[in-house]
Amino acid sequence: MAIDKIWVLAESADGAPTPVTLELLTKAREVGSTVEAVTWGADTASLAGTLGEYGATGVYDVGDIGDALPGVPVAAAMAELIKGGNKPDAIFFAQSYEGRDIAGRLSVKLDTPVLTNVTGLVAGDGALSSEHPVFGGSEIVTAKFTGDGPALFVIRAKSFAAEPGGGGAVTVTAASVPDVAATNTAKVVGRHVEERSGPKLDEAAVVVSGGRGLGEASNYALIEELAKLLHGAAGASRAIVDAGWVPYSHQVGQTGKTVKPTVYVACGISGATQHLVGMKGSKNIVAVNKDQEAPIFSVADLGIVGDVHKVLPALIEALKAKG
Amino acid sequence: MNVVVCVKQIPDPAAPGALKPDTHTLDRSGKLIMDDSDNYGVEMALQLAGGEGDEVTLVSMAPGGETSGLRTGLAMGAAKAILVSDDALAGSDALGTAKVLAAAIGRANPDLVVMATESTDGYTGTLPVQVAELMGLPSVTFAKAIKVDGSSVSVERQTEAGYDEVTVPLPAVVTVTAGVVEPRYPSFKGIMAAKSKPVDNLTVSDLGIETSAVGAAGAGQEITNVAPAEERGAGEIVVDEGDGAQRIVAFLEQLKVV
Repeated sequence: MAIDKIWVLAESADGAPTPVTLELLTKAREVGSTVEAVTWGADTASLAGTLGEYGATGVYDVGDIGDALPGVPVAAAMAELIKGGNKPDAIFFAQSYEGRDIAGRLSVKLDTPVLTNVTGLVAGDGALSSEHPVFGGSEIVTAKFTGDGPALFVIRAKSFAAEPGGGGAVTVTAASVPDVAATNTAKVVGRHVEERSGPKLDEAAVVVSGGRGLGEASNYALIEELAKLLHGAAGASRAIVDAGWVPYSHQVGQTGKTVKPTVYVACGISGATQHLVGMKGSKNIVAVNKDQEAPIFSVADLGIVGDVHKVLPALIEALKAKG
Repeated sequence: MNVVVCVKQIPDPAAPGALKPDTHTLDRSGKLIMDDSDNYGVEMALQLAGGEGDEVTLVSMAPGGETSGLRTGLAMGAAKAILVSDDALAGSDALGTAKVLAAAIGRANPDLVVMATESTDGYTGTLPVQVAELMGLPSVTFAKAIKVDGSSVSVERQTEAGYDEVTVPLPAVVTVTAGVVEPRYPSFKGIMAAKSKPVDNLTVSDLGIETSAVGAAGAGQEITNVAPAEERGAGEIVVDEGDGAQRIVAFLEQLKVV
């Protein structure tokens, strides 16, 4: 028995599907016979073409949810479709804010578990097995569902490559939200965008990140300057985000962004499990840390055991001198 | 206002972790401590429920009647705790755990339920929303700031691009990120007082839950394999003798990044 039908929760930003949505569609196309997307928002019609190009043959559109958070209404609409007899074998969600909220709500509605932090999926014997990094990615656990499903997988960004499959136009079907008045009471009353310049953290070819070893918040300016010189993005460890030095949107790691740049430069970061999970897939890793025993050196291609307060300014000067 | 904080008691993350060879579940037989991520929820709850008649109740599920992590939260200032401990719970998945916690939380009749966005050891990050759905409550995840405003709460919720301001009427479930507040250290007086604070010990049947719905029996998932991850090739680690910056430049040149 093959895996017949897979749904992908399609998230969008600025009128286009998010990169991870396209990664999930590509994987779904590889392991399933039929791929359908579920989406929501005010202008979902414009997404359908791209979703089709990456493998969806149909789109269920929950439509405009107004000022509600997506978790409750989108999960309710999906459960309604499934209870109405339209049941996929698996549903792929991105490990994002909304992906986890929707997957969690849906899991209860269907009384079926969720597997989260998925970084690999393997099809065999008519079922999907999922791979999960544990202990900072030093071991990989393989898991599978034992129940009737649908199997709910919450998948980390950049686990799979996104490739268009040359699909054509897709049918968009409206998915209605049942009465969820009791739980759908959280309202978004304002949206704030933190301005950043340069390439996006999860798309940059070079990422320069700083951690507690920088000593104080003002030294983060060195990270930003180096990132700019390398035409990259500035990232951070959870420690300095928690300490309030930089906004959360800079965080690389388990609870932050997953990055896979050509070069990752870790400055004053010890390399806690939480951080390694988010950057270990980088093609090349450079680390500067004063503690020779720091775990970051176990993943570094070039490790400099030294003081970031000396190495960073010297590096910035050297790069400036090169022009 | 009654605030419930869910607290997870986990193996010390500083100690090397291990999976049990037979079940591939996390070995929890050693000493358990309160998950560091829960410090923030406990502190937030104590600040929000600081008025006359306000109360903070901790809720935890742990094997072997474990209370050492709960005592940390009680020492910080929580009034009491509910602990669900039952051999039938071994091997529970997030959904099974959510069923148990939702039933236990319901007993405290809370106005607000605070949880960490995810635990340090399991980090599934779906449990709080599952609890909310089971209890029929609204939820706001990833709060970086919370303010109670009469019968509702205002939350600054992290987003990909920055944050959203979200309001939600009580009762509700809110998950907090590390850094939402600066957690206090328990005082000596707090530690002493915690020893005599009430901990209500419950079993699965006390909660009216069938044992077949929880634990390994109720988990709809199984681990089929555990293997070492592909290692990165050993890199070049050198002690900086004034040439560290130049070495990095040479490395970047070789990669044609500069």
